[in-house]
Amino acid sequence: MSEHVEPPTRRDFLFGAIYAAGAGGVLASLLPLADTLAPAADTLALASIEVDLAPILEGQAITVLWRGKAVFVRHRTPAEIAAARETDLAKLRDPQTDADRVLRPEWLVAVGVCTHLGCVPLGQRSGQPRGDHGGWFCPCHGAHYDTSGRVRKGPAPANLAVPPYVFLDDTRIRIG
Amino acid sequence: MTAPLSSPATRLGKLVAAAADRLPLSTQIRRGVVDHPLPNSLERWGKLVGSLAAFLLVVMIATGVILAMHYTPHVDHAFDSVERIMRDVGSGWLVRYLHKNGASLFFAVAYIHVFRCLYLRSYRPPRERMWRLGVILLLLMTATAFMGYVLPWGQMSLWGATVITSAFSAVPVVGERIVAFLWGGYAIGTPTLNRFFVLHFLLPFAIFGVTVAYLGRRRLTKDLFALGIFLVAACVLVFWFPDHLGHPDNYVPADPAVTPPHLMPEWYFLPLYAVLRAIPDKLMGVVAMVGALLVLFAVPRLDRSPEHGGRPRPWFAVAFWLFALDCILLGYIGAKPAEGVWMVAARLATAYYFLHFLVVLPLLTHREPDARGRLPGLAATGLKALTALAAVLAVASPFGGETLREHDWSWRGPFGGYDAAQLRRGHQVYSQSCAACHGMKRVRFRELAALGYGDEEIAAFAAARFVTDGPDDEGEMFERPGLPSDAFPSPFPNDRAAMAANSGAKPPDLSLLAKASVGGADYVVAVLTGYGEPPPATEIPPGTYYNTAFPGHAIAMAPQIFDGAFEFADGAPNDAAAIARDVAAFLQWASEPELEARRAMGLRVAAFLLALLAAMYALKRRDRAVAMPKRRVKT
Ligand code: FES
Repeated sequence: MSEHVEPPTRRDFLFGAIYAAGAGGVLASLLPLADTLAPAADTLALASIEVDLAPILEGQAITVLWRGKAVFVRHRTPAEIAAARETDLAKLRDPQTDADRVLRPEWLVAVGVCTHLGCVPLGQRSGQPRGDHGGWFCPCHGAHYDTSGRVRKGPAPANLAVPPYVFLDDTRIRIG
Repeated sequence: MTAPLSSPATRLGKLVAAAADRLPLSTQIRRGVVDHPLPNSLERWGKLVGSLAAFLLVVMIATGVILAMHYTPHVDHAFDSVERIMRDVGSGWLVRYLHKNGASLFFAVAYIHVFRCLYLRSYRPPRERMWRLGVILLLLMTATAFMGYVLPWGQMSLWGATVITSAFSAVPVVGERIVAFLWGGYAIGTPTLNRFFVLHFLLPFAIFGVTVAYLGRRRLTKDLFALGIFLVAACVLVFWFPDHLGHPDNYVPADPAVTPPHLMPEWYFLPLYAVLRAIPDKLMGVVAMVGALLVLFAVPRLDRSPEHGGRPRPWFAVAFWLFALDCILLGYIGAKPAEGVWMVAARLATAYYFLHFLVVLPLLTHREPDARGRLPGLAATGLKALTALAAVLAVASPFGGETLREHDWSWRGPFGGYDAAQLRRGHQVYSQSCAACHGMKRVRFRELAALGYGDEEIAAFAAARFVTDGPDDEGEMFERPGLPSDAFPSPFPNDRAAMAANSGAKPPDLSLLAKASVGGADYVVAVLTGYGEPPPATEIPPGTYYNTAFPGHAIAMAPQIFDGAFEFADGAPNDAAAIARDVAAFLQWASEPELEARRAMGLRVAAFLLALLAAMYALKRRDRAVAMPKRRVKT
């Protein structure tokens, strides 16, 4: 056995490669661990719900739970629709026309989760504050939404999200 | 080519050495503690803080381990399991109240210590690493306390957690994904509760490790007398005011469809919460809140002024007390609604918070103006007094809302208990009237023994109600008369049925109502007797009644209590107000059945502690008498 000393540069390179590979291996083995914390398959499976619109009178709204979140279904009055349609888009923080946010003008369906930090805004029941624009008011940090669920004032950065939904017939929708 | 100047291996070694050098453990303890002993009074204080923190940590871990044996981290069971600890587990209320208030005391000690360090500027070299280690400890405590507060799964738990975790959605592009990752779903749910439970269990051991590094070889205090005083204060808090520091809404089970109107965190997070709300932009608000904590890391760099040789620095004192006042103000604002003047105040106070660290401290570093006359000294003293006053006011102030008329309850005084005759009358009113709509699923018939009823009477009460049982051998559910081991049943099979029968408003379960309302039993009386004609121009939705005490003033419950509506066997007055008081007292008992046992134990503990304290005081005086002559010999 002869004592063979490798040139230091090569040795260095090998060391470097081993360290890099080792670090990569450790990182790679951490990924599945982290993956277990992400939403699981049963949670991800798009749960959908059906909502019967018949009992909701004009001017009323109901809250349903979809994927653990509140969803607002509001039967808008002509005045509310007009207010939502006539809004000047230039005044909006998150410009979107009302027509882009509804399938049928009388029905507004929006995720009832404030886009600021996730509270459920008030305004679903009569008697609750509806903010300066007749939609919803978030009591947590004071965001105001209009009758189209668009943010008008306060710290929220975006409009109330519109969930995917379809009309099954005139009085039933499926969300999700 | 000769030997390499630095192979990766040696470079790595150097890196490790450098890291170890930066890591405050061994070097830090040597440099900071051994080589640079603290001034005497400061050292004594440090030992006291260290001992208190160590003591509290042991209490928290011990009670926490026991609570974990009874707790269920699942959205359907978490709240119930905590209430089971409070009501059914032997001495469970004590363990839980110790744990809950222990967190508050832990933060109180930590905050006092932080302010003391800021005042004495103990973050200057060579102790700056020690300071940073302390800030890390504070961050760990913050994370642990936040996750712990989520576990009881009340309304404040759920919505506090929602607001804080949603803060991560402010991160550009990947924000939403981070939040879903934290939650393990689309909303806070069982996966979230489980991971928070595990982390809440795990992090204290990290805290333990850092505390050991932080306290280092400092011996624990010999000042048992000061420790004793702390114990007496803690005893008063746990046995007489166990819920004073928490919001009543957290005794309402979490509901993902409704956010409580006055969302607020525990008191120790109120200043940070005020900072978050002060800024009308989501991302900046979150940055400011996190920055308010992280800026503490930079303090040793911001204030580089050398030791002033013990020369008084009155302007620094003025700045310090202004800052302390500002922090208390922020905490006060954090508990107020995010509207109007409070928002303006929040912005000013937030601005000053950062101004103090980023401008005032560096400025004073370079030129501490010469103290002329007595003005700065006076100002500092005045501000100090003001700060103390503000702190006392903030601690004593209740949670908002209109002030209710306070009644002279039998349990009001420190030694008060329940009036069994009153509770029996209240029980009569409950079963003849309230029970038609409201169940009490946490109170069992046999617990009525506390009201002075005999076994037969209790069995009769139970048998008068029907409960659903089953399934039987055929697989059918069936109704049977109640047994003493049953809880007061709800008249409705489920929540939906209850809502349908009451025009959409579910009659709440009454087990915890008194405890879960701001104002407690006073609130119950106010609602029961608060009906009337709505003031002109007030619109009351159909199916509701105007009520002065109910939040929003439109209540779905019709008036229930009238003069002479009930006859009491003991001949007690039966005007509407008296009836309302009786039933309110009964609900108070239902929500806090342990009150009498708690106070009785409190008295025993207090007596024991006071005796101990007296002995310690005697010891202290003796020690001093012995120490005195020695010192004279030395000088
Ligand atoms: S969560 Fe709605 S304003 Fe903050």
